[in-house]
Amino acid sequence: MNVARALPHDSARLHVTGTARYVDDIPVPSGTLSLAFGLSATARGRITRLDLGPVRSATGVVAVLTAGDLPFANDISPSVHDEPLLAVGEVFYVGQPVFLVAAESHLSARRAARKAVIEYEELPAVLTIDDALAADSRFEDGPLVWEKGDAKSAVASSDHVAEGTLELGGQEHFYLEGQAALALPQEGDGMVVHCSSQHPTEIQHKVADALGVPMHSVRVEVRRMGGGFGGKESQGNALACACAVAARLTGRPCRMRYDRDDDMTITGKRHDFRIVYRAGYGSDGRIRGVDFIHYGRCGWSQDLSLPVADRAMLQSDNAYHLPAARIESHRLRTNTQSATAFRGFGGPQGTIGIERVIDHIANDLGRDPLEIRKLNYYPEQDTRETARTTHYGMPVEDFALHAITEELESKSGYHERRAAVAEWNAANPVLKKGIALTPAKFGISFTLTHLNQAGALVHVYQDGSIHMNHGGTEMGQGLFQKVAQVAAGQFGVPLEAVRVTPTDTGKVPNTSATAASSGSDLNGMAVMRACATIRDRMAEHLAMEHQATVADVRFMDGQVVVGEAAYSFADAARKCHEGRISLSATGFYRTPKLEWNRLKGRGRPFFYFAYGAAVSEVVLDTLTGENRILRTDILHDAGTSLNPAIDIGQVEGGFVQGAGWLTMEELVWDDRGRLRTHAPSTYKIPACSDRPDVFNVSLWPRGRNREDTIHRSKAVGEPPLLLGISAFLALSDAVAACGTAYPALDAPATPERLLAAVRRVRDMET
Amino acid sequence: MDNVTFLLNGELVDLDAVHPTCTLLDWLRDTHGLCGTKEGCNEGDCGACTVMVTDGSGAHALNACILFLPQLHGKAVRTVEGIAGPDGQLHPVQQALIECHGSQCGFCTPGFVVSMAVAHLNGQSDFDDRLAGNLCRCTGYAPIIRAARAAASHPVPEWMTEDLDSLCVRGLPRAGRQSPESADELASWYMENPDAVLVAGATDVGLWVTKNLQDLEPVAFLGRIEELKSIETSSEGLRVGALASIEELGAAIAPLHPDLAELIRRFGSVQVRNAATIGGNIANGSPIGDTPPALIALGAILHLRRGETRRSMPLEEFFLDYGRQDRRPGEFVEAVTIPRQPDRLKCYKLSKRFDQDISAICGCFSIAVDNGSVTEARIAFGGMAGIPKRATHVERALAGRPWTAETVRAARNAMSEDFTPIDDMRGSAEYRLHAAGNLLMRYWLESTGSAARVLEVVA
Repeated sequence: MNVARALPHDSARLHVTGTARYVDDIPVPSGTLSLAFGLSATARGRITRLDLGPVRSATGVVAVLTAGDLPFANDISPSVHDEPLLAVGEVFYVGQPVFLVAAESHLSARRAARKAVIEYEELPAVLTIDDALAADSRFEDGPLVWEKGDAKSAVASSDHVAEGTLELGGQEHFYLEGQAALALPQEGDGMVVHCSSQHPTEIQHKVADALGVPMHSVRVEVRRMGGGFGGKESQGNALACACAVAARLTGRPCRMRYDRDDDMTITGKRHDFRIVYRAGYGSDGRIRGVDFIHYGRCGWSQDLSLPVADRAMLQSDNAYHLPAARIESHRLRTNTQSATAFRGFGGPQGTIGIERVIDHIANDLGRDPLEIRKLNYYPEQDTRETARTTHYGMPVEDFALHAITEELESKSGYHERRAAVAEWNAANPVLKKGIALTPAKFGISFTLTHLNQAGALVHVYQDGSIHMNHGGTEMGQGLFQKVAQVAAGQFGVPLEAVRVTPTDTGKVPNTSATAASSGSDLNGMAVMRACATIRDRMAEHLAMEHQATVADVRFMDGQVVVGEAAYSFADAARKCHEGRISLSATGFYRTPKLEWNRLKGRGRPFFYFAYGAAVSEVVLDTLTGENRILRTDILHDAGTSLNPAIDIGQVEGGFVQGAGWLTMEELVWDDRGRLRTHAPSTYKIPACSDRPDVFNVSLWPRGRNREDTIHRSKAVGEPPLLLGISAFLALSDAVAACGTAYPALDAPATPERLLAAVRRVRDMET
Repeated sequence: MDNVTFLLNGELVDLDAVHPTCTLLDWLRDTHGLCGTKEGCNEGDCGACTVMVTDGSGAHALNACILFLPQLHGKAVRTVEGIAGPDGQLHPVQQALIECHGSQCGFCTPGFVVSMAVAHLNGQSDFDDRLAGNLCRCTGYAPIIRAARAAASHPVPEWMTEDLDSLCVRGLPRAGRQSPESADELASWYMENPDAVLVAGATDVGLWVTKNLQDLEPVAFLGRIEELKSIETSSEGLRVGALASIEELGAAIAPLHPDLAELIRRFGSVQVRNAATIGGNIANGSPIGDTPPALIALGAILHLRRGETRRSMPLEEFFLDYGRQDRRPGEFVEAVTIPRQPDRLKCYKLSKRFDQDISAICGCFSIAVDNGSVTEARIAFGGMAGIPKRATHVERALAGRPWTAETVRAARNAMSEDFTPIDDMRGSAEYRLHAAGNLLMRYWLESTGSAARVLEVVA
């Protein structure tokens, strides 16, 4: 069986018939309660009065819990225990859960939750980056600084300096399935939790702490999520713990789902950033040194903000050799939702910083930004090693962007189209076009090294059917299908022989979150090893029976061939069972070569890099700021793809999500810290017609991972999101056509920001 | 409490004592145990709950999350579970979605399947518009559109046309006083219950229930009053019944005022336009409803009825102040008339997203020019004030002047005399005011033949 095939998603038929089951679709025992949180209405304050009488007396209410009612840990933090499930006397953002209602129905729980009377002693709230800097409100003692060489002197002694500030908005995940959990009390002190989570083990851990039981008493199952994008790495802890505690206290099963407005009000989003840059460069356009300051707005609790901000620092080179670099990273604590993981995990923010620098240099030199990009690319092999080393000291060993860029330039007709755009702009005073080619290099591995491990459990039954399980979760990315293809390939059986089963902490323990694009790298390897163990046992047994050698036993085309004899895989399994051979095995994998010191910013945090590049062409209305992406061409490196259809799906979807982040998706908080864009009526993710009119996406045919990954594939979840930067810089290019000044466009580039940039550029002309 | 009878996936459902504001989505999932239809936003903006509803006017995609059970009386509903054939045979759009890799997480997929199946049934191939009301966060839409195209050439499966046939053979009892069957009945009931909430399409009122958790009673559902749904053309113009859907208005207006049809194309989504009515878009008095500015620019006349008393007024006079209309207790919108006129209308809607977004501003212009001079200017905006409002100072600054860029530049300065817009999440006051002036410039540019719309540009 050929492993790499463009097969549909394993659940495709279930999806299209409406029979794929999500958490809230699970049939529940009668008597199951529904939960809702009562939320803080103020950004920061001490609760002076909490009258829950009207809540308790509301129709259908069975229980109302506050922090004092929680029997054990009041903690849902994934990191430093700074995030209670329910507020303890003080609130830190608008939307923080203050109390929990358990009622006979979802609607009665929601209705009751609004009936509380809460009074606060208002305290000064820290809402913005400027507020946080003024109040020195931050995580860690001060900024983290990484340095390579003496960047400040390098900038100062350069012929030219490009400097500026980029304000970069956050992003709501907008997984279509909101957060959801279901807890089913078991005999003794056991608890089974079904939840929509990228991190079942953490759910298990937090629920165990909340119930005061060992982890062995809690089993967490995740069949699938209706989208995750990082938003279900830690943000599901609250619902799972709430359900488990309420179930323990009432003795009844409990389920919870956030209404969309609650979901957007309560949960964290992508970190918004301010990036201040000062880059020194020569008249040739070559960067001599860069000085970045990152200000990340982390929200009220630490959550995953430190590694997110670290990754922003790590990605600050993107594809470019920085002879000297200094990055100062501020992790600011504000009274807003706790910003969390989101596809790219800080990487997109770091990347756009250097892409902005390159674009700015090109503008100042009057050159095509693509020339400046290529000039500053890491060199291909055979040059000085120092020029192939990142600012954190990791060698870039397989820099593929020269080849990818060249192929993409040619395939997309970049140069002809750039000339055509200029010609078009000369003839059109009102509408302006813009075009940009941007590359992506994205480091693959968790930067917290110990997370780079995975386990698998595989059973071969005596009828030859295969039960496959691993620690990864399915959120739509096609992980289960890719890994099933690996398993089928190991046994040489048709894919139908492999049953994909829900992620289950009782089958594979101590798993890492399905995150950092690592799902198929880690779990594919673990499954391959589990399969190989069983296959080797089968081969050994059959070889012995046939007085052949193990090397003579082949698993192919649904058969096991031993010398002259051939068995169906089912017969082979039965024979092995009768021969008392174990047909069940675990597999385990840990990523090699990693060594990383995050405080010093030195080492090898990544196993390898994934690459890609995109060209986007846009049109902009200089009267209104309205704009459209006319065409995007992408060439992306997925290594030797395990499933080209699934990988292309990740690239197309990642691009549109990245472009959405930088264009139309705008989060707006008011001056009291209330999120005003808390539903799809006010927060606009790309709709169908917002995808590029012409959208050509290919995988790089020469892609092959130089590292020994699962079938030499590369991770593909996060990297393509970075390609959305091409749309943003194409818009900047269109604005630039209105004058000679640099547009210095902020993100998201809404019509309003674009119109302001057009006016700025024009004003500088006159 | 109403009794409600409808077909669900071909089977008769007869419900007694239905809570009038129980949504179809909640009933399907919580009561009936049919969980294929998903809740994504509970406000009609994501389409994960899309169902097909068939009545005498055909099959329509609607959002089940803001569709109350009494609205379904006498209709046929098909959920995703009813899109595949009785023997499990996949519908062509389902098969194509599988083959084109159109689902990733799968949560939006049932809604897409239904929207695609309705378009397939109705022979519609403007897929970007048909699917504008279905959000997908995973795929970037490209494979979904590939699937829609791939399925288009396949014949409509026979089970998809059975609903209409089944409807025709069933005579239904009336649903009760809360679902009047005629305008007269509504008029007398509303006089007796002037504090009642009138529900037409529920695309706005639905959110009072699902988001504000309001009780609506007393409430009347107007969907069975056929006489108020008619759109009549005469030499005078177009008379649009209050219960004509926005989608029907779009079709009727296209030959007369294509730019209003284009504005309507961007109004909500298919699911919303199929439910929403012109009467609702006017009567709820929103400052950001999209049809009022266009209708005001066209000089539309509003017809109101209270008991047996009728009166008419220019539409702009209906909007008194934010949240306040010239409507008396027990009075309801009966129709709106659009006078016949040469088409000069341009409608410019500015929003963060083209499709299915609420306007930051919506500027509608009808400027008559004779011999190089402006003879009449009618300009109205949504999103610039607490009500849909005419730009009277700008109109005056144009009237009688030569139709030139200089006139336009001078007239746009009057915009700040007409409007003091607000800052909100859709746009700042400064953007609104500046862009509003630019839209007047766009109208002038378009009248001189310049290209000025990004939607008309191709790569």
